[in-house]
Amino acid sequence: MRITMDLELKDIPGQLVKALEPISDAGGNIVSVVHHHEQRTNRGTIPLQVVFEMDDGLGALKEKLESRGIKVVRFNEMRLLERKTVVLVGHIIHSDIRDTIEHIDSTGYAEVVDLSMSMPGISLKSSARIGISATGKAEMKKALKLLRDIAMEKDLLVIEPIGEEA
Amino acid sequence: MSLKVAIIGFGSVGKGVIKVLSERKDDKFQVVAITDSKGAVLDDKGLDLADVLKKKNNGDLKRVNKSSMDVVKECDYDILVEVTPTDAKTGQPGLSYIIEALKRGKHVVTSNKGPVALKYKELKELAKKNNVQFLFEATVGGSMPVFNLMRGPLAGNEINSIEGIFNGTCNYILTRMASEGLPYDMVLSEAKELGIAEADPTYDVEGIDTALKMVILANSVFGMDVGLDDVDRVGISSVCLEALKLAGEADMVIKLIGEVHPNGEERVLKVSPRLVPKTHPLAVQGTLNAALIRTKLAGDIFVIGKGAGSVETASAILSDMLYIASLQ
Repeated sequence: MRITMDLELKDIPGQLVKALEPISDAGGNIVSVVHHHEQRTNRGTIPLQVVFEMDDGLGALKEKLESRGIKVVRFNEMRLLERKTVVLVGHIIHSDIRDTIEHIDSTGYAEVVDLSMSMPGISLKSSARIGISATGKAEMKKALKLLRDIAMEKDLLVIEPIGEEA
Repeated sequence: MSLKVAIIGFGSVGKGVIKVLSERKDDKFQVVAITDSKGAVLDDKGLDLADVLKKKNNGDLKRVNKSSMDVVKECDYDILVEVTPTDAKTGQPGLSYIIEALKRGKHVVTSNKGPVALKYKELKELAKKNNVQFLFEATVGGSMPVFNLMRGPLAGNEINSIEGIFNGTCNYILTRMASEGLPYDMVLSEAKELGIAEADPTYDVEGIDTALKMVILANSVFGMDVGLDDVDRVGISSVCLEALKLAGEADMVIKLIGEVHPNGEERVLKVSPRLVPKTHPLAVQGTLNAALIRTKLAGDIFVIGKGAGSVETASAILSDMLYIASLQ
């Protein structure tokens, strides 16, 4: 599972290593480290945000960090970093929109965070705008692929956003 | 010395080319033959283009009884300008004209998507073997420079991908629907009345035209070997007004986007309606076309221009002709 941890470090040398060591020691695979040097807190500490993958032992890790004088401000198991909007066209209600949403939500790495619908008439095709959040770019790609597969099964048109990679 | 030109096809594009050439003051080109389905007008010393055009428009153009193929095979010319209509399935009759001219060692410039989409590799090889040029700037994006841009200003760049709006009819329909809140069927009828859409709009609205252009780009720019059936294609006929409204509320528009990414297993060759942020350079209005060329050195390059039109398409054809002239 992916964990995002916000830490606070004392402004003395060697603190970064002190904070990261226990994470790798505990088997965590560090994905990203952001050192907010410019955003010093009024306690004089420096915020550090670490994203890593780890299966268990989070409680023990937190204790170990705190025993080293590193403040664990908060940690989330999942942080939804990516956001995309998609429009669906077709018989959305009849093809069970709830089931479609549950499919995305049950992935564990993506969820539907926003839904707007427009239904012009009983037998006419309806449209829905869905906001999807995911833990990262790769996860978003997987979620969109899943949505595409569901749409194909339910005969819905998926209007995806254009790519944005440079 | 002027280059002798034979023009095959006297429809909208052919007329545009003749008009543009008739207004040129230099003597780089001399049109010695123009053909259409009714016959040919010929003059070894160069036709009076303004006069031919006037007579064509008045309906009193006198033709000799020679077919387009006769002219392609027998006439003395340096460049064949092949501007007959596109047949997506067979590429004919343009394909035969192009093959015949290349075999004779003549340069070919075409606006005809069919032959290029179906037989790019063979035609390019045939041209190479005979030491002549085979150019088709007008097939993708009308007046918008695409191939010439990559050959000239962007030369030296590896092209990572190309995506964009390559069909003015679809863009017109989607733009009108979004801006006026009119349903698809109504806007389509309006487009037909204005001559923006064909009587049978299938080719445009089902994305076939855009898909052909993607095939041309895939094969010629990225060296792929694909055909129309390899394109993952969805048109705009099921894009309803409600979908456009929902997109609009989120500051987006819906556009028919064609895209080619040659990157290995994640290869994308696709035509589909997509969400485009209103502030994005590809969110162009009306019948405009727009292309985003992602390059290795120059980063992202955008080209926006008229995707169709008689004189606009002639501009692309003329650029190919001038390139050939520059090599002499």
